[in-house]
Amino acid sequence: MTIGIHVPILAIAVPLLGAFALPIFAKVHRNLRDLWAILVAAFTCAMVVALAVQVFTSGIQLYTLGAASPTATVVQGGFPIRIVLVVDGMSAFMGLITALVGLASLMYAFQFLKEEQGKTLAMTLFFLLWAGMLGMEYTGDMFNFVFLEVTSIAACALVGYRTWESRPPEAAFKAMAMYTVGGLLVLLAVGILYGEYGALNIAYLSSKISGTPLDKVALGLLLGGLLMKAGTVPAHMWAPDAYGEAPAQAAIVLVANTQASLYGLFRVLFTLYGGALSTPAVGWLVTALGTLTLLVAALMAVIQTDLGRLIAYGAVSQIGYMLLGVGVGLTVISSRPDFGLVAMKGGIFHMMNDAATVGLLFLAAGVVKRACGTKDLRALGGLGHDLKWTSGFFFLGALALAGIPPLNGFASKFLIYESSFRLSPILTAIAVLGSILLLAVFVRAFQGVFLGPRLRTVQPAPLGMLIAMGVLAAIILAFGLVPDFFVRHMVTPAAEALWRGRDLYLAAVLGG
Amino acid sequence: MSVVVRTIARIIVPMILAFGGYVIMHGHLTPGGGFQGGAVVASAVALIVVVFGAERLKRRKTLLSLLEDLGAIAFIALAFLGIGVTFFRNVLAGGGGLFGVPVPPGPNPGFLDTGGTLPLMNWAVGLKVIAGLGSVVVLFGLFGGKDDR
Amino acid sequence: MIGNFPFAVCMILIALGLWTLLTRRNLIKLAIGITLIESGVNLFLVTLGYVRGGVAPIYTYAPPGARMVLPTPQALTLTSIVIGLATTALMLAFAVVIYRHRGTLDAGKIRELKG
Repeated sequence: MTIGIHVPILAIAVPLLGAFALPIFAKVHRNLRDLWAILVAAFTCAMVVALAVQVFTSGIQLYTLGAASPTATVVQGGFPIRIVLVVDGMSAFMGLITALVGLASLMYAFQFLKEEQGKTLAMTLFFLLWAGMLGMEYTGDMFNFVFLEVTSIAACALVGYRTWESRPPEAAFKAMAMYTVGGLLVLLAVGILYGEYGALNIAYLSSKISGTPLDKVALGLLLGGLLMKAGTVPAHMWAPDAYGEAPAQAAIVLVANTQASLYGLFRVLFTLYGGALSTPAVGWLVTALGTLTLLVAALMAVIQTDLGRLIAYGAVSQIGYMLLGVGVGLTVISSRPDFGLVAMKGGIFHMMNDAATVGLLFLAAGVVKRACGTKDLRALGGLGHDLKWTSGFFFLGALALAGIPPLNGFASKFLIYESSFRLSPILTAIAVLGSILLLAVFVRAFQGVFLGPRLRTVQPAPLGMLIAMGVLAAIILAFGLVPDFFVRHMVTPAAEALWRGRDLYLAAVLGG
Repeated sequence: MSVVVRTIARIIVPMILAFGGYVIMHGHLTPGGGFQGGAVVASAVALIVVVFGAERLKRRKTLLSLLEDLGAIAFIALAFLGIGVTFFRNVLAGGGGLFGVPVPPGPNPGFLDTGGTLPLMNWAVGLKVIAGLGSVVVLFGLFGGKDDR
Repeated sequence: MIGNFPFAVCMILIALGLWTLLTRRNLIKLAIGITLIESGVNLFLVTLGYVRGGVAPIYTYAPPGARMVLPTPQALTLTSIVIGLATTALMLAFAVVIYRHRGTLDAGKIRELKG
């Protein structure tokens, strides 16, 4: 079983290799490039799934780059100097989300993109972004800011590479400025931590951090930088622009990218600072930011007139729900009551649901844009006559986003409501209000775009795009109908990895 | 540009190239390496763009992007060499073969046959940086021209 | 006391960069502001690795028992410089494209996306 131990690095290295080899294959022949892309994507997904199975059955997986054996993380004296990949339940869960979104995006892109619109470039950037996200999720090292910046650059290039239009470069410039400043804040924090403890390994740092003033400064910088990249409310300006202007298959990868930043935040809060930080103040801060984000974004969605921006604000508000769920868990982590774990499960389950739901909506909006050439709600109407499947998918996504039973959005939001009520009923009230607003907004958008008299005849969506949407719709339905199964086998290990898994994480990396 | 500038550029460019090559080649022995040497070489490209105009190098764009991809692929392939043990494992170092000679202590300039996969990786990175930075400079030089697509 | 001087310089650079980002409207100047922050962070990292009387961290050069400066911050800085190069190039390219579409670099006038 030689390939088994190399799975974590293969999941990162293969898409990276795929990205750089793609332009060369494209020069040989177009079909060769497509074949290569499919091969790389299939192999990466297989690796991610195999890794998740390994983690969920046999615990944390380690991989040390360049060492004499993949599990030799520490050199003499219990001091880790090499770069390690540490994959626990949470990382494996995030990897699954990334793989799913990437697969849907690639299937969609095959028919969405045309050759003259830089298909090779877009696919190269996509694989680069994919490798960067998986790298961020699997790394066990603060050096992972490299992957953070790789995702920033690839994501912004993907937003703005269509230079023949005027709006995408503008959105990309804005996003780039925010991403870069966020990344530099994170780098500054990494520098502070290195200066204090002389190491970059997360597990080693976590065992040393004691809560000095400098640690708190570093925590503040990390929080600021990662929240900036995740697009929460005080720094959310770039998000609607980038989501709204990116082509559909890039927008859904951006959703996964945002979640990768959130994963980085959770890793910092629960694993890196899990020992030193027993005050609930940080938990309250995260909870408050989450609540603010979901409310402000839902309110902003009400006044949008562009379908892309409307969905984008819906996506930002979903980030708020995740932060709310995990923030409730973080607030009460010192006493570890039952509802804390429930809240964590809700927040983490919602990440998967958000990727499927918002992804589906963005893809449907992409079909609308392709059919009509515009996403302006005032100019659209009656598309349901021609785009039957697309309108069905959009309706499903809208209901799931608003949290209507029996869809997946309800399953995760119910966990969040139930547990946040135990902390403070006001939080639950605001969260429910946000959902109601989103329901109203999306039903109105659905009615305006797909119902009503036929304004024009449009081409139906091609099969590849429908399959991509069908995959996400199937996931929405499956997670909504049997949530218990998925919660027990995937979400609970992920939530436990953050909730109680810090000691296991440290023991796995540092030994003993 | 005037004839003085052009003549001096003709003299200086080979020197810059040689120095860049030196920095890349000695990357595993002295401060320096792929990125630094690549940046030095790319500065020669910048000099050419300033003195002779970017039009001169326009036809080389495809070649540059091809070289950039090759550099990246070579780097990852070198990392894959170690996959029998671990990814990025330096399998050539200390083996006695090519680049496998152990490094003697003390200053040892010109002792290039050491370091295992490191010098090869330096060349891969150097190739990528030369081509990448070079094409960035050329493309910025072409911006604003008549046909800059 | 004088040992902390480099850190003060880093913080001043970062503050200047943030000030540029907040007060300037020209896209090129925004890119310059980001570069300033980046220089501050890079300087900070290099300063962290300094050891008084240390030699270059090359194993075969160093006399036995000599103190070396820390190599990890230098690796971090180098990575950061490479990334900064890519970021700056990308931002400037976007600025050029925006200028070509709008004929201006004033962020106040480029306001197609808002709300």
